[in-house]
Amino acid sequence: MSEAKAGRLTLTLKSTMESVDEIEAAAEKLAAESGLDENERFHVSMAAREAAVNAVLHGNEYDPAKLVFASFENTGAALVMTIADQGKGLDPDSLPDPLAPENLLRGSGRGIFLIRSFMDEIHFRQLHPGTELTLVKHLATAHKKS
Amino acid sequence: MALTIASREVNGVTVLDLSGRITLGEGSVQLRDAIRGLISKGQKSILLNLAEVNYIDGSGLGELVSAFTTAKNQQAEVKLLKLTKKVHDLLQLTKLYTVFDIQEDEAGAIDSFK
Repeated sequence: MSEAKAGRLTLTLKSTMESVDEIEAAAEKLAAESGLDENERFHVSMAAREAAVNAVLHGNEYDPAKLVFASFENTGAALVMTIADQGKGLDPDSLPDPLAPENLLRGSGRGIFLIRSFMDEIHFRQLHPGTELTLVKHLATAHKKS
Repeated sequence: MALTIASREVNGVTVLDLSGRITLGEGSVQLRDAIRGLISKGQKSILLNLAEVNYIDGSGLGELVSAFTTAKNQQAEVKLLKLTKKVHDLLQLTKLYTVFDIQEDEAGAIDSFK
């Protein structure tokens, strides 16, 4: 289910891999329409994908009774995306550093690191239940980089 | 674009030519099954040709690491060949560039297993 309102797209999605792909595609479209270069578009869409994977896999744990909520907006100054789940909650301070030598060979745990690397801001909000991630890409910064 | 995997033998080395995306779900599972299948058959030298892989997500990176460690635990070796710029940058960002043996030239890569 999707709704576009005054330039802001909102999606309410099931906890499935198809939803991850849908969120990635919406982020790619938002980034493309904002005029970002190919590299920055990749960063924005991959950050959204990682947040969606967190919501579907780690948050809602593919529970069909739980939903994922996403929004996408170009404010003129920034691209702002929110991705929220209805899971147990995520404590960002408890996440191991994937670059630490003891964690380099772990098969998981790189998602939030990639989001932090690719976006200008990431904010966590506990929803009780669930977690909402807000990802921000400043457009002036992105254009300067390119 | 989903992941496709083609397998060929060159001087005792199994080269897997990968094309598409290595992401959570189907792509990761395909790669895992291919690596485990080769190792279970006793193959010790596996070269992953990533020239046509233009996208790997966090889960895909994890799958590459798992392939590396699974092989190592079975006294086998997985090396990477011909990274695209995006994949190269991702491996540098995540410090996985220091974990893998990454080759640019196929003939040299095949020789490096000897």
